[in-house]
Amino acid sequence: MNDTYDLRSSESHIEVHKFRTGAIIGSLLLVLFLQAFLPLYVPKAEILDLPLLITIYFGLSRRNPSTGLLLGMAIGLAQDSLSGPTVPLGLYGIAKTIIGYLASSIGARLDTEHPAARFALTTVFFVAHQGLIALTRRILLAQPEPWFNMRLFVAALVNALVAVFLFLLLDRLRKR
Amino acid sequence: MVAIPSRHKSLVLLAGVILLQVVLLAVQIKRDSQGRLIRVWTVGAISPFQRAGAHGVGSIRGIWNRYFALQNTSRDNEQLRRENDALKLQITQLQSKAAEADRLAELLNFRKLHMDVPMVGARVIGTSPGTASVTIDIDRGQRDGIKRNMGVITPDGVVGKVIESYANTAQVLLLTDKDSGVGALLADSRTQHPVGGTGEPLLVLKYVPNDDNVNNGERVVTSGMDRIFPRDLPVGTIVEIKPGNPFKQIRVRPAANLERLEEVIVLLTLHPLELRTESEPASRQTPAANAAGQAPLARP
Repeated sequence: MNDTYDLRSSESHIEVHKFRTGAIIGSLLLVLFLQAFLPLYVPKAEILDLPLLITIYFGLSRRNPSTGLLLGMAIGLAQDSLSGPTVPLGLYGIAKTIIGYLASSIGARLDTEHPAARFALTTVFFVAHQGLIALTRRILLAQPEPWFNMRLFVAALVNALVAVFLFLLLDRLRKR
Repeated sequence: MVAIPSRHKSLVLLAGVILLQVVLLAVQIKRDSQGRLIRVWTVGAISPFQRAGAHGVGSIRGIWNRYFALQNTSRDNEQLRRENDALKLQITQLQSKAAEADRLAELLNFRKLHMDVPMVGARVIGTSPGTASVTIDIDRGQRDGIKRNMGVITPDGVVGKVIESYANTAQVLLLTDKDSGVGALLADSRTQHPVGGTGEPLLVLKYVPNDDNVNNGERVVTSGMDRIFPRDLPVGTIVEIKPGNPFKQIRVRPAANLERLEEVIVLLTLHPLELRTESEPASRQTPAANAAGQAPLARP
């Protein structure tokens, strides 16, 4: 079986990547651990949303909307579970499900291997993710949340920058 | 039966999965349930790594302090360098131990001052994995007598309250969380106003009328009215006052360093407590506190 294959041979060559056994679960557990652990020693790391970056990466790489949205849901629900009872199960879940779906849908149409494309897409997805959380809070939980502020913009850029390097590391987990 | 075109299958799945989570959200709000089982599983899966990580970082920090941090010392005189390294090593170790001893001594002093108040020390092993809540995880849980709604403090001041307790760990909602709050009063005027979090490092002192006299630098302490924290524990200091409509906008810097918590104290009682100030004699302890019993302060 081919590890990578052309998604649409009539158009541009867009490869669907497969990963080493356990790479996705291992990465997921590692980022959840780091997300809860890193800010203890580096408080500024709180700005990072590593689970979101992982959702975007595997969505863009796997390029299968069903897999992308299910992975997003699993990551989001795990993040909800670890956030304590003030965060209802489903808040991050819904946002990451949609981001997982969008990432894999876009990944199936565009070549997202270039660092510039990854930077731009991560910035957009980060803002969209925060927008979805604000929307869920406003509509379903009746908790007003600002749609946009300067901190969000800075966080989006920082996360996108980290994503460029993180994605290069994660590329090494692909089957050759 | 109508077959769903394959290109639409993922859209149907997306709609189904989102609907499922919306229902899950609705059930949690309606029944005030919090999906405890799922949370227990996830926390159970992650907390061993957090514990190991906390110990691992301690070891790595030790190795770093003992060797790598000293790499820049001169190589001109190997013998002198080794001697120098050894001495620096000892100093670093002693400083690290002294810092830890200071922190523990502070905890112990606090404990001695409030011998009749049941409390337990805990080490911070994790934080919330997102910006939606501001919580920390501690390495003590139900087995140590920790329950929901118990107050969490440091000798510097109020930290937050326990929002979930598992077998060996517990989650603490920090004062800075948007959903957090504490009954407080101004130390000078003794007027009571709640203090709440905003999700940012500073707290907000609420409902202070514009004509009330409040000064920058004024201390804010617990009022004891929330029945979680004893009276007169430091909450913070006023750092910013702006006129507002209809109330003043007052920002408070937390007394405890909530961004750098390593050890905390959990008040092991849900009954109202009254802590003594350092000047008060031991005999003035309230009956409620005496009735609450005595528990040793375990070393974090």
